[in-house]
Amino acid sequence: MQLLQILVSGASQGCIYGLIAIGFVLIYKATETVNFAQGELMMLGAFAGLAAATLLGLPYWAAFLAAVAALALFGLATERVVLRPILGQPAFAIVMVTIGIGYVARGLITMVPAIGTDTHALPTPFQDELVRLGGLVIGMEHVVVIGTTVALCALLFALFRLTKVGIAMQAASQNQLAAYYMGIPVRRLNGLIWAISAAVAAVAGILLAPITFVHANMGFIGLKAFPAAVIGGFGSLPGAIVGGLIIGLVEALAGFYLPEGFKDTAAYVVVLLMLVVKPNGLFGETMHKKV
Amino acid sequence: MRFLFKTDYDQDIRLFRHGGQRFWYALLGIGLVAAPWALSEYQLAQASLICIYGIVGLGLMLLTGYTGLVSIGHAAFLGVGAYAEAILAARGWPLPLSFAAAMLLSAAVGVVVGLPALRVRGIYLAIATLAFGFIVEEIITRWEALTGGNSGLPVAAASLLGRALDTTAEFYFLSLACAVLAAVVVINLLRSPTGRAFIAIRDSEISAQSMGIHLARYKTVSFALSAALTGLAGALYAHKLRFLSPDQFTVIQSIELLMMVFIGGIGSIHGAFLGAIFIIALPQAISGVRPLLPEALASAAGLQPTVFGLILIGFILFEPMGLYGWWFKTRTYFSLFPFYRRGTFKRRKAFQKSERLR
Amino acid sequence: MSAALLQVDHLSVQFGGVKAVSDVGFAVRQGEVLTLIGPNGAGKTTVFNLISRIYQPASGAIALDGVDLLRVAPHRIAALGIARTFQNIELFENATVLQNLLIGCHTHRATGLWQELLFLPTVRREERKLRERVEQVIDLLDLQHHRDSLVAGLPYGVRKVVELGRALAAQPRLLLLDEPSSGLNVEETDDMAFWIQDIRDDLGVTVLMVEHDMALVSRVSDRVLAMNQGEVIAHGTPAEVQAHPAVVEAYLGKAA
Repeated sequence: MQLLQILVSGASQGCIYGLIAIGFVLIYKATETVNFAQGELMMLGAFAGLAAATLLGLPYWAAFLAAVAALALFGLATERVVLRPILGQPAFAIVMVTIGIGYVARGLITMVPAIGTDTHALPTPFQDELVRLGGLVIGMEHVVVIGTTVALCALLFALFRLTKVGIAMQAASQNQLAAYYMGIPVRRLNGLIWAISAAVAAVAGILLAPITFVHANMGFIGLKAFPAAVIGGFGSLPGAIVGGLIIGLVEALAGFYLPEGFKDTAAYVVVLLMLVVKPNGLFGETMHKKV
Repeated sequence: MRFLFKTDYDQDIRLFRHGGQRFWYALLGIGLVAAPWALSEYQLAQASLICIYGIVGLGLMLLTGYTGLVSIGHAAFLGVGAYAEAILAARGWPLPLSFAAAMLLSAAVGVVVGLPALRVRGIYLAIATLAFGFIVEEIITRWEALTGGNSGLPVAAASLLGRALDTTAEFYFLSLACAVLAAVVVINLLRSPTGRAFIAIRDSEISAQSMGIHLARYKTVSFALSAALTGLAGALYAHKLRFLSPDQFTVIQSIELLMMVFIGGIGSIHGAFLGAIFIIALPQAISGVRPLLPEALASAAGLQPTVFGLILIGFILFEPMGLYGWWFKTRTYFSLFPFYRRGTFKRRKAFQKSERLR
Repeated sequence: MSAALLQVDHLSVQFGGVKAVSDVGFAVRQGEVLTLIGPNGAGKTTVFNLISRIYQPASGAIALDGVDLLRVAPHRIAALGIARTFQNIELFENATVLQNLLIGCHTHRATGLWQELLFLPTVRREERKLRERVEQVIDLLDLQHHRDSLVAGLPYGVRKVVELGRALAAQPRLLLLDEPSSGLNVEETDDMAFWIQDIRDDLGVTVLMVEHDMALVSRVSDRVLAMNQGEVIAHGTPAEVQAHPAVVEAYLGKAA
């Protein structure tokens, strides 16, 4: 019974990792950039939700949507101002820009007088509720996390299956010049992808808020989402969720059964094992250059 | 304007291309040696730190800038070198031996970290190095019997040939000597077949293989050398700080090292040292500017990361060649005067090409 | 009659369901220029990639002067004396032309890592030797103007020449040229023809070449091998092969 309990909380943590990983993978699929600021975007999303709930006094779900919309706009703006000018530079340079964005985000948020380096609580209507299933007692927040993740994945799946965005994205990432020739609005597409990624990060942030509370260093969880994306295969959206779940479950089990210290490194040991066994991740594609 | 007439292959092989270069570097050398008499105690200590970070920069430059293998866990090598030195020095090992051992141990860890490089590349390799960075940090924290864990490890002053180097000037000379040695070794590498093999691996692995370059061997050598250099810096770092704790070698430090190397200018020896100067000077500059800022801004803890991030973004947007790029353009301006054109360094409009197929 | 330098027998490889190369066999004689021709997709570059050991064949044998190449790792091929150029130019973009050519000499490296770290006099001597060797190639190919230019900024025609130079710098016994004249204008193709002849006559290097430009093929080749859909369909002198009915059909289709 306790095992199931651990598995459920591990799964919900894994969903958070998975959501952040989805953000990574989306941006990687579209622009071959790795967004090191994804964790910070999540943190900003949580703060946006906090601001909407406390400053604007919106009810929870309205604050949720407001935060998602705000972050989507922020993602769009970031892409337009910072990333568009450097398109065409080597991938490493673009990665460094995202690291810079992360630093600025973290620095600026602590400079807002009301926030500083304190931990804040986001008032969540269901945070003290419990769900009883059989003999299990699960916190409602875990259920909401898992449920929202499933719903979001379905939404994204529909987006990419039913619209041309998915194909356009892949085209632009593989050969940008050719995509331009084919009439794909590459820059608008990139903006859209960043907006979606930021929105997904915001969802993750607000879902995480009742569990870890809202503070400036929330974004460091993003570093754990990297192994999740790698385990799933860096170009695969379902892989991101699966990878996240694997990491979440392994961490939860390690935290309970293994001595102290293994919980934090469990994710990294798993990713190293995966790179040995299946270098391109569970759902990744092996690509060879044809000479 | 200087015209270089080349009459001898040695002119290209030599360390200094022409008399002018020799002159300026000699001047720099004199300046560096005379520093203890010109600088204050505090400034001299900072200069030692610049030398130390410069050596780390050289190591990271070798791996990431010249061989193209991105490493987000480099602080791990710094930590291994630092702790190894601290522990061996406490056991009475003489300095040259303990330094050598620290470098060897770091190199060994580097070889292990480099193992994924033989199978994966790009972002996967970067995440593997990140993973190793975390794991090494955790091992340092948990192995309390050896490293003191979270309570930290005090380190004695460096002692060479029985005499303790506990003045700032003496330690400065040690760091300077190590930095110059490291720079010369890296330059030697780059003007010989091994260094060229690294560049080949960075630019086209398939081609490199067809030229007879054994990819696995050279990647491992690159990791080992890079780790050894960083381990040397770590050993010096231990003696500089006199106290080690695991939170000095986190992934955040690794990321800051990458930022340092990038701002300095990736792909050049000067860049490593310019980046080191930047990373040491930044907190000073910010403290200097604080009195001029409004109260709320000045006392914020987040000011430094914000400035750091903004400067990094600024460089990538406007000067991807980093500080070295500025320096190079300024120098070219003066050497070509009055024929310098802004178009000399204009970048071609580039479209993004997939780097997965490389 | 010169002996066979490269012997290929019953070579086959499959990618998925496609038989890229099917039971291909030929011999390249010492000192000759043998050209592989055929429509796109015939498997010519795949044969090159099999000889360079980039791909592993499903069956068959490749031997260089009696040495079984299938037992040799890809990075040892250059040491055996085989150098190649690539269809889509695989130069080291962020290095100068001189550095590219020096990397081409890598197999002739006589110094170890420790010597290089300390830059002992041996290393300096070896560097001078390599530089002299590379300068000979630069002289042959007229690359003096571009010696210190970064490859990334060079025009396509010059890059093709640098690629050729890099392969020559290795002083190979067998040179594999993959479409040396593709993308070159008439003058540049002319230069390329002269160079290939010089390589065969003056340097004594055996050349195995893939080419589409029939004029160049007739001018430069001693023998021609025609391929289509992974199989050899004809071989002989350029005139013989160009008149061969199977070759005509492969390029132009059957008569209605």
